[in-house]
Amino acid sequence: MVITFELALSFYFAAAILAIVELVVGIPTISKAMKVLIVAGFVLHTVNVFMRYVLGGQLPVTSLHEAVSFFTWSIVLIFFIIELKYEVSLLGSFVMPGVFVLMLSSSVLPRQIKPIAPTLQNYWLWVHTTLAFWGDAAFAVACGIGVMYLLQEHFVKSKRLGGLYRRLPSLQILDEINYRLLTIGFPLLTLAILTGAIWAEGVWGSFWRWDPKEVWSLITWLFYAAVLHVRIHSGWHGKKSAILSVIGFTAVLFTFFGVNLLLKSLHGFQ
Amino acid sequence: MNIIVIGLNHRTADVEIREKLAFNAETIVVGLSRLMDLPGVSEAIILSTCNRVELYVYADNGVAVTERIKDFLSGFHSLERSRLDKALYVYYDDDGVKHIFRVASSLDSMVLGEPQILGQLKNSFDLSLSHKTSGIILNRLMKKAISVAKRVRTQTRIAENAVSIGYAAVELSRKIFNNLDNKVFMLLGAGDMAELAARHLTNCGVKEVVVANRTYERGCALAKEFSGRAIQFSDFKKELVNADIVICSTGASNYVITHHEMERIMKDRRLRSVFIIDISVPRNIDPDINKIDNVYLYDIDDLQGVVDTNMNERQKEAIKATNIIDEDVESFNKWLHSLDTVPTIVALREMADEIKKDELTKLFNRLNNIEEKDRKSIEIMANTLVNKLIHPPTVALKESAEDKDTLISTVRRLYGLNGDRGDR
Repeated sequence: MVITFELALSFYFAAAILAIVELVVGIPTISKAMKVLIVAGFVLHTVNVFMRYVLGGQLPVTSLHEAVSFFTWSIVLIFFIIELKYEVSLLGSFVMPGVFVLMLSSSVLPRQIKPIAPTLQNYWLWVHTTLAFWGDAAFAVACGIGVMYLLQEHFVKSKRLGGLYRRLPSLQILDEINYRLLTIGFPLLTLAILTGAIWAEGVWGSFWRWDPKEVWSLITWLFYAAVLHVRIHSGWHGKKSAILSVIGFTAVLFTFFGVNLLLKSLHGFQ
Repeated sequence: MNIIVIGLNHRTADVEIREKLAFNAETIVVGLSRLMDLPGVSEAIILSTCNRVELYVYADNGVAVTERIKDFLSGFHSLERSRLDKALYVYYDDDGVKHIFRVASSLDSMVLGEPQILGQLKNSFDLSLSHKTSGIILNRLMKKAISVAKRVRTQTRIAENAVSIGYAAVELSRKIFNNLDNKVFMLLGAGDMAELAARHLTNCGVKEVVVANRTYERGCALAKEFSGRAIQFSDFKKELVNADIVICSTGASNYVITHHEMERIMKDRRLRSVFIIDISVPRNIDPDINKIDNVYLYDIDDLQGVVDTNMNERQKEAIKATNIIDEDVESFNKWLHSLDTVPTIVALREMADEIKKDELTKLFNRLNNIEEKDRKSIEIMANTLVNKLIHPPTVALKESAEDKDTLISTVRRLYGLNGDRGDR
């Protein structure tokens, strides 16, 4: 089980290196090799998650190690979906380094499988956490796409039309994908909060307890709601939307890590 | 025998001489047959484009034939030899092959990397093929030139990135909008360069074309040309709310769109992106509008800058292309030299000896209890057989003079001495 994780980490590492090399040199073969490495890493990663499920008997999100690992797995999943649908050149270069860093941080955390409080053991764990992680993963890829947009926008505006400009996708397609990801992430996050509330009512007797994780999820949710609102009602697309997706993702990261590491929360891992 | 390249191009001759020397569809046929009638000429191809006229000839005694060809050109196009000579360049053999490869690969073109020249070369080659004025040597040379050109195109980026203002505008539009078929294009004003850029854009299939001109009739004429719709010039700001790509070239001496106006228009557009190209000099659009979000403004210098950068890029690629060409010149020369008598006889003998050796080894392996005496006899018999079989072609090769190339090529093909099957 350990070996699958280490191997997946190594494959992601190699892919991230190729992703950065590809950004500099722009050789299509490198990008293909990178995708092969990601697929290999993802398969091993999936095996690792599955084995942890079999051994622990629950969705492997009960330690920070497992949670970060599952989050990373979700990002790679969303990355594949976007790749298959849009074939965005260079997307890997903007996602894989982040994926590797997340995976690396997961690797240094304690790895033993911990039992979860019996009261929390039911299918709500599956529904609530999967929705939340996939929503966050969509926001993560939206952040990568946003950075790509900002770079490309900078090139076109400043009329510096070098090699990277040529290889980056068009502004419009980047904006479209960004919007698509926000419209995937937002409903998922909404449902995650709703299912969480229902679950909490069943376990703790109240829908909402102002737990730090809840508060920060609400802040994230409000932020993305505002992003979508100004986009639809005031035409805030393009650069503004890209910047907001990057900022939004930092909120996601804080909700994910900051709350667990800095604040005391019911969502903590004992 | 020599390969001779005689020609002139945009660098050595001005347009006046180039148009005098140019061949058209009819004169090229006459020219080819006159060329073939010159003593010493055994193969000929004429390439005539607006930037170059070149004659590719395979002939005996290159220098003497060159003079005859120059006389022919001078007579055929009624141009004095002295004026003609100043414009002409002549290359022989290796240099000629290299020149032809460079021309085919568009390294010698006025616009480096432009793709038309290869098509023009193919047409010239086809014409000579159908009139049977090209033979073994030039056929091989042309096929090689075409394959070299393709190699250059696929292995370098010489033909990538726009090197004209019009294409640069199209490329930029694609980087901003991805696809243009749902975009509205507005031409504001007129002018050669603006119309050329407009033509490139409309050829790429925009959804709608709107033309605004100070002279409404002129606008209507242009609109008709681009199958678009003409509007009154005074209405253009209203239309700007819908236009996605704008080319502006009015003769105005001040800004026709100010920063403030553009901000308001953007609000009405609900901030949808707009790409504006200001080709006019002096500029007609406030350069500050480039600072507004989702507005991309390029003026003529910006576009020229893009074109220059791309041109530099192509020049860098041309160096890579030169290396490819050098390799192929060498391989062509190898083939050409193999056509000489001696290497052909040697190759023929080697082939025969090889077969003999193989067959003897096989035979001796099968007959294991064989006496040394018998073994000798069999070997002698095999040697005689080989010698007698290759004697007549060897003699014929040594004696031939007139049709030497044909004979050599035939022998090489009949006995499979080429090592490849390209010699058809």
